[in-house]
Amino acid sequence: MEKQNAKAKGRISQKPLVVFLDEVTRSPMMVNILAIVTGLFLGGVIAALTTENVYVALKSSLVEGLKIALQAAWNTYKALFLGAFGDPQRIVTALQSGDWSQINRALSPLSESLVQATPYIFAGLAVALGFRVGLFNIGAEGQIFVGALAAVWAGVFIKGLPPIIHAPLALLIGGLGGAIWGLIPGWLKAKTGAHEVINTIMMNYIAFRLSEYLLTGVLRDPAKTTPISAPIERSAWIPRLFPYPNRFHVGFFIALFMAFLVYLLLFKTTWGFELRTVGANPNAARYAGMNIVRSMVITMALSGGLAGLAGANEVLGVNRNLGVAFSSGYGFDSIALALLGNSHPLGVVLASLLFGFLRNGAIQMQLTAGIPIDIISIIQAMILAFIAAPAIIRTIYRLKTPKEPEIRLQISSAGGSS
Amino acid sequence: MDPILELRGITKQFPGVLANDHIDLTLNQGEILALLGENGAGKTTLMNILYGLYKPDEGEIFVRGKKIDIHSPSDAIAQGIGMVHQHFMLVPVFTVTDNVMLGDEYVRGGGFLDRRRAAARIREISRQYNLQVDPDAYIKDLPVGLQQRVEIIKLLFRDAEILILDEPTAVLTPQEVNELFAIMKSLVEHGKSIIFITHKLREVMEFSNRITVIRAGRVVGTTTPQEADQNKLAAMMVGRQIELQIEKKPAEPGEVVLQVRNLKVLDTRNLIAVDDVSFDVRAGEILGIAGVQGNGQTELVRAVTGLLHPVGGEIRFLGKKVTHATPKEFFELGSAHIPEDRQKDGLVLTYPVKDNLVLNTYYQPPFARGVILNQPSIYANAEELIRKFDIRTPSVMTMLSSLSGGNQQKVIVAREFSRPIKLLVASQPTRGLDVGSIEYIHHRLIEKRDEGCAVLLVSTELDEIMELSDRIAVMYRGRILVTIDAKEVTKEQIGLYMAGIVPA
Repeated sequence: MEKQNAKAKGRISQKPLVVFLDEVTRSPMMVNILAIVTGLFLGGVIAALTTENVYVALKSSLVEGLKIALQAAWNTYKALFLGAFGDPQRIVTALQSGDWSQINRALSPLSESLVQATPYIFAGLAVALGFRVGLFNIGAEGQIFVGALAAVWAGVFIKGLPPIIHAPLALLIGGLGGAIWGLIPGWLKAKTGAHEVINTIMMNYIAFRLSEYLLTGVLRDPAKTTPISAPIERSAWIPRLFPYPNRFHVGFFIALFMAFLVYLLLFKTTWGFELRTVGANPNAARYAGMNIVRSMVITMALSGGLAGLAGANEVLGVNRNLGVAFSSGYGFDSIALALLGNSHPLGVVLASLLFGFLRNGAIQMQLTAGIPIDIISIIQAMILAFIAAPAIIRTIYRLKTPKEPEIRLQISSAGGSS
Repeated sequence: MDPILELRGITKQFPGVLANDHIDLTLNQGEILALLGENGAGKTTLMNILYGLYKPDEGEIFVRGKKIDIHSPSDAIAQGIGMVHQHFMLVPVFTVTDNVMLGDEYVRGGGFLDRRRAAARIREISRQYNLQVDPDAYIKDLPVGLQQRVEIIKLLFRDAEILILDEPTAVLTPQEVNELFAIMKSLVEHGKSIIFITHKLREVMEFSNRITVIRAGRVVGTTTPQEADQNKLAAMMVGRQIELQIEKKPAEPGEVVLQVRNLKVLDTRNLIAVDDVSFDVRAGEILGIAGVQGNGQTELVRAVTGLLHPVGGEIRFLGKKVTHATPKEFFELGSAHIPEDRQKDGLVLTYPVKDNLVLNTYYQPPFARGVILNQPSIYANAEELIRKFDIRTPSVMTMLSSLSGGNQQKVIVAREFSRPIKLLVASQPTRGLDVGSIEYIHHRLIEKRDEGCAVLLVSTELDEIMELSDRIAVMYRGRILVTIDAKEVTKEQIGLYMAGIVPA
C-alpha cells in the first residue's frame, strides 16, 4: 500500500518514453512473446547440436563448427518456414501465371497450416474457457473423441438430408457429445466436490475405450477388415473450398466464429461477468450472490462442447471417417494453447495459428531437411515451460515484475456443498 | 551517553516509490519509543531495513555509537536487534520450547536436541519478566496473547537488547493489551529498549516514553505523551485536523429490520460456532457486536448474509423468513454487507474499479440490457461513485489490487451504500485502515443510521464499538452474554464480558 501513493507521484515526473518502456516490459504478454522467441532459439540450438556434421567440423576448427551449426539451424528453420507458409517465390510465380491449379498448389502449405490450426482453435478455446472460470479441463482429448464419434454417427447413419442441414446437424451433434462428456465431471464436482482434474482424466480413458468399442462394433464399416467407420455421407461433409489436394475447409471460419462467440460471452454478457468472477475469486462471487455451482457445471459443458466441435470438425472436414488411429493429441496441446494465449479467445487463435504453422511446417521439414518432426514437440515444450515459469524469462531479459498480479491459474475447490 | 540505536538518513526507493525518505530516528536505552504512522507511511519498511530484510539505498545505522551493516535478520540478531512480526512466526504443533529453539537449537553430544536446558532457560526468562509461559505447552493450545509472549521469549532467548514490536496490540483483547504493556514496562526496567509500531493513538499516549511520527516516508516530528495529545498526534499523522470523537444524535429506532432467534451455526470444522443467539436490529440504530476475534462473530455474519446456512433457529428480514435465503435474496431484499475480509470476499482484486463497483448489481438495469452488459452505464456509475465517495484511484480501469486498503474499502462502501438499503451488516469495517479512512467510514455508518438504515456492526475494536453503537451485544464462545444500552456501560465492563466474565 505504501508503494501506491509514492508510485503515483513518482510516475508523473518520469518521461513518457520511460513510462512506455516500463509498461511494455511489465506487460504479461511480453513474457509469452519472449517465451516463443526463446523456445524457437533453443530449438535451433538443439537442431544444431543433433547434427552430426557439426561435431565433425568441430574437430577441424571451432569457427568451422559454429558455421556448420548456424547452417544447420538456418536449414531447419528455412525448411520449417517453407513447409508452413509455402515458397514465396513459387507463390509469386503462380500468382503471376494466373493459373488456378498452380496457385492452389503453391498456397497449399499455407492452407494446410490453417487446417492444422482449426482443431487447435476449438480445443484451445475449450480449455481457455475452463481456465477463465477456474476449472482445469484436462479432458479435452476425451471430449474430442466423443465429439468425433457423435459426429460420425450422425454423418453415417442419418441419411437423405440436404447438405445445408446435415452438415451443421452433424457438427452440432458432435458438439453435444463433447458437452455431455464435459458435463459429467462438472456435475460430479457440483454434487460431490470431486475434483474435475481427476474426473476429466478418467473420462478420457472411458472415451478412448468407448471409441474402440464402437469402432469394432456398431460404427465399424462391414466392408473393411480394419476397425474403421464407414465413410460419412457426402451431405454431412464440411465443404472444402479448393480443389484436391488442398484440404482447406469451412471449419476454419467456424472456429474463428466460435472464438468470437466465446469472446462475446466472456466479456460482453452478464453470464460472462459471472463466469469470470467465479474464476477470479469464487469467494467474492459467492458474496455477490452468484451461483458458483451452476457456473461451473455450465462451463464444463460448454468447454466439452467446444472440444467436441474440434473432433467433429476433424471427421467432417478432413478425415470423413473415423478410425482407431484417430488420436490427435489436440486435447493435450490445447492446454498449452490456452496458457500461451493467456486464456483469451484472441490469444488462443494466435497461439493455435502458431502451433498449426509449427506442426505443418515440421512435416515438410522432416521431408526436405531430414530434421525429425519431434523437434517441434521440444520447441512447444520449451515455450510452455517458459510460460509456466515466467521468472526465468523475466530474469533472462531483465523484465520488471508486473504491476498487477499476474492472473495465475487457480484450481478452484468450490462445489460439492449443495 | 550514545543512544542505543540511531538511524541516520535512511532512504529506501522501491521502483517508482520513495518508501523511506531520509529518516532519522534515535532510541535510548531503556525506553519505549512509539513509531506512529498511518498504514503505508513507511513504518514497516523502516523496521524491515533495521531487521535486515531490506537493504537501504542510503543512510547509516549505529548501535551504541558504532556504525554497523545489517544484511540479514541473522546480522540483526547478532547486533541484539529482534522483531516480533504482526503475524506470528510460530509452528502450532510444536511446543513453546521447540518454537523458541528453532534456528538456535541447544544440542547435546551426538547431535541430540537439549530440550531440557532450553526449557530451563525459557523458564528463567519467563520468571524474570513475569511472562507466565509454560515451555512444554503446545502453541496451538495457547491464546493469542500468550503466543505473542512466546515470540518475545524468542527474542530474549537470543539476547536481544532492542525489541521491535510490529502492531503488537492488533490481535489482543483489552485485558491482554494491558498485560502486554506491563510486560513491556518490565522489559525496559531490565534495560531492554523497545520500538513499538502502531497507529492507535490511545496506546501511544498511555504506554510510550517518546513518540516519533512518520508520514509518507518522512519523519514529521518527535514528541512525548506529556507534550502531545491525541488530536495533535492524529493531525501529525494524517497531515490535517481529524475529528476523533464522532458527533452523533441519539438513535431513533424504528421497526425491527433484522430479527434473529435461537440461531445455531456451525463453523468449517462442524463445531458449534454460534450457539442459541437471539437479537433484533431496528431501523435507525446501530447494534454493535463486541467480542474477541473467533467467538462466533464471523459465522454469525455469514449466517445473516446468506453465506452460511444455520442449523437451527430463525432469521427474519422485515418479518419475512430468510433463514435459508441465498446471498442474492438478501441483496435483493435490501441488505448490504461489508465483509470482514474485504480482499477475500468483497472484491475481485484482478478486476478494475468499475467492475468491482457493480459486483452484485451487474445483472440489473441499467448495468445490463438483457444479458448484454451495458458498459457506458457501468463506466458512468464508476465515475459517479468515485467522485461521490472520494475513491482515490488513477482511473476507473485501475485494478483493485493497486489501490490502498482504505480505497479498496471505499469501493465496497460505495457499492453497498449506493443501493437503496434497509439493513447494513458491517464486519470489521475499519480493520487495517488508516486514521483518515476510519474517520470516513465511521461518518458514513452514522449517516446510514440517520437515514433510517438498520446497522449491525461487528468489530473486535472495542473503541469502535463504544463510539458507534447505540446498543452493544457481547459475544463470547458463540453466545451473546449480554445486550446493553451503549450509554449505560463502560469500556471496562464490556472488556470483562469479552473475557467471559459476567459480573455477579
